[in-house]
Amino acid sequence: MAAPTKALRTDEMVLSMGPQHPSTHGVLRLELKTDGEVVEEAIPHIGYLHRNFEKHAESLPYFQIIPYTDRMDYIAAMNNELGFVLAVEKLMELGGKPISIPEKAQYIRVVVCEMNRIASHLLAFGTYGMDIGALTPFLYAFRDRETILGLFEDICGARLLYNYIRFGGVSRDLTPDFHHKLRRFLSKFEKNIDSYNTLLTNNKIFLERTKGVAVMSIDKAIQYGWTGPNLRGSGMKWDLRKDEPYSIYDRFDFEVPVGEIGDCWDRYKVRMDEMRESVRIVRQALDQMEEKGLLDDPNYAAKVSAKLRPPVGEVYFRTETPRGDLGYYIQSDGTNVPSRVKVRSPCFTALSAMRELSRGLLVADIIAIIGSIDIVMGEIDR
Amino acid sequence: MKHPIETAAEQIRATAAEATETLNLGGAWPAGLPLETVILLTLVVIAVIAVTVVAGIPIVLVLMERKVSAYFQNRLGPTRVGPWGLLVTLADGIKLLFKEDMVPPSSDRKLFRLAPYVVFAASFAVVAVIPPFQSTVIGNMDLGLFLYLAISSLIVLGIIMAGWASNSKYSLFGALRAAAQIVSYEIPLGLAVLMIVMATGTLNMQHLVMDQADGIHAWYMFRHPFLFIGAFIYFLSAVAEVNRTPFDLPEAESEIVAGYHTEYSGIRFAYFFLAEYANAFIVSAICATLFMGGWAAPFPFLSGVPGVVWFLGKTMFLVFIMMWLRWTLPRVRVDQLMSLCWKYFLPISFVNILGAGVLALLEREEIGAQLGGMFLSAEAVSWIAFPFVLALLGWFARWGTEPVRRPS
Repeated sequence: MAAPTKALRTDEMVLSMGPQHPSTHGVLRLELKTDGEVVEEAIPHIGYLHRNFEKHAESLPYFQIIPYTDRMDYIAAMNNELGFVLAVEKLMELGGKPISIPEKAQYIRVVVCEMNRIASHLLAFGTYGMDIGALTPFLYAFRDRETILGLFEDICGARLLYNYIRFGGVSRDLTPDFHHKLRRFLSKFEKNIDSYNTLLTNNKIFLERTKGVAVMSIDKAIQYGWTGPNLRGSGMKWDLRKDEPYSIYDRFDFEVPVGEIGDCWDRYKVRMDEMRESVRIVRQALDQMEEKGLLDDPNYAAKVSAKLRPPVGEVYFRTETPRGDLGYYIQSDGTNVPSRVKVRSPCFTALSAMRELSRGLLVADIIAIIGSIDIVMGEIDR
Repeated sequence: MKHPIETAAEQIRATAAEATETLNLGGAWPAGLPLETVILLTLVVIAVIAVTVVAGIPIVLVLMERKVSAYFQNRLGPTRVGPWGLLVTLADGIKLLFKEDMVPPSSDRKLFRLAPYVVFAASFAVVAVIPPFQSTVIGNMDLGLFLYLAISSLIVLGIIMAGWASNSKYSLFGALRAAAQIVSYEIPLGLAVLMIVMATGTLNMQHLVMDQADGIHAWYMFRHPFLFIGAFIYFLSAVAEVNRTPFDLPEAESEIVAGYHTEYSGIRFAYFFLAEYANAFIVSAICATLFMGGWAAPFPFLSGVPGVVWFLGKTMFLVFIMMWLRWTLPRVRVDQLMSLCWKYFLPISFVNILGAGVLALLEREEIGAQLGGMFLSAEAVSWIAFPFVLALLGWFARWGTEPVRRPS
């Protein structure tokens, strides 16, 4: 028998959270070293969804890579496509063979990307509510997301993986009633955001759960390579749509919402505010299309050969997806197949700070952090 | 001096003999059947009837929850099984019954099997002391209220058993959270109940209802402000005790999967599930009985309506509020849950107890205030002062509402 004076020995418990867990947002596995409810360390393990995108891309013609980009960040597929397509178009331009993109296609691209940003942020909002324990916001968020997906279905037949944005334009024209439906949705949706803020954003329990949890200073966020809403949540005004305008984003007037201290609530709030800004952008795009008489313009795509051969060279192009700077590095050897494609994933950098953020917090806070950095495992593992 | 058990046995015999006589069962029973057997058989019959009736409650509640949540969330809820989806709970129950009986190989088999029944039995036993209408209560005991407090605490034992026996880390987390939570919240809950006992001096539930039968002004909730606050504390503590959102930490899905019943499936899971809803009903029923007059009508002219309608109406109203909370609010964190109990509910409860005691004393001494020739009792004065005190406290509390910002 042990001596009675000996103190009861305690030990850290290793809790393997995931890869099958309700709120790790996909197949993420977190190795939690816990002391009771307190987490001493959270080590993320990734790779469960690895599908070899970069290697695949090396054996496919350029236009066949687009559907693969859809499958990276499947929540915001349009934005992924846009990044890749713009990168290849830039590559062509650098090599002296620019593709002239019709004006209408430019607008359609912006409209669908911003709609997809709204859909993505809605998902983030809904699932974040669910992570914190409120189940109802999720269904409201999906009600609005459903409308957006329905509109996408109208224009390209798909609801999740669109393969819509192509080199030189988009794959199909807008349906005749698209802009009416969209305008109706936007006016309804703007009111809905207010009710979401009442329901969740300003809820006392929600504030208690997220305010002051996992604070990320600007310096640290930059050190970790954070981008997008996560970086803006820390207070850094950095948005590629404003700072390095690509496509036709310089033609729109919108704000870049930022947070104050970089806690979970700030990151969440930035997304809620960004939805409003996206609504503004879509409205302006529709107005400008109407002004320029583009709605009836049949010219929605430039003719681009299926055997697209970008000149020898390399390009790195980044765009602002709902999760941050998504960068494509493409190397061309002059054939119709790229010799190297590399993706810079915003979620990966966001997740890399997990270990630092979660030190000394509670198990429930870990869930709040994962939800607040809004990761998509498909993009991290690729 | 006789042994207490002998005295009790004599009492039972006397009661049973009386009952046999009243019911005129004398001729119906086969001659020579000993009295003890008759008592036992009667008890078994009563128990079977009671459990069958009570087991119907969670079935109704599950459907209600699904429908309520559906309408909260812009959906329709179950519509396929039976008219308006009425039979869906039965269908679910049958499905669970036919599922494979799974016991994790590394679990403590005996405890694992026992745990659901402990939870189930403990929650269902409490029904005995709740008076659903004027003349009937399954166990009309002088210690009814005490029995409720005692037996409902047993639930946590079953939960810990389940969490420990599953041999799963998530289950263990859930069980430990449940233990901390239920034991903590029992204190403000008990103190809120104690105020009523102080005011009336009885623990018999039926007597408590009769004391409130005069009408809405006689409900304990509206007797004086301290009891009014006590009713809220009781209800919120009860929500915490039956593990419902915003206090559903022991089974917080997004954090610890399903908490203590993560490893359970099939009919064993059904037992936990039924017990959960039975609990929600029972704490609501107790709250309705203690603070809102139980089966008594709110206004004397409505006393023609059967008591059971009032009882069920009040209880279902409280159950609905629980569902409303669940489908609206997020979940609190474990430290916030504890601080809510120990830093807010408990001190408030102590003030309540003190206030209720002082008021009871003043009432007995007939001390009050004279206002324009009208005598105001201490209770009336306290009602008048209540909004001002509340406003003052609210004004003070504004300083404390900024959420604590923890360093990263």
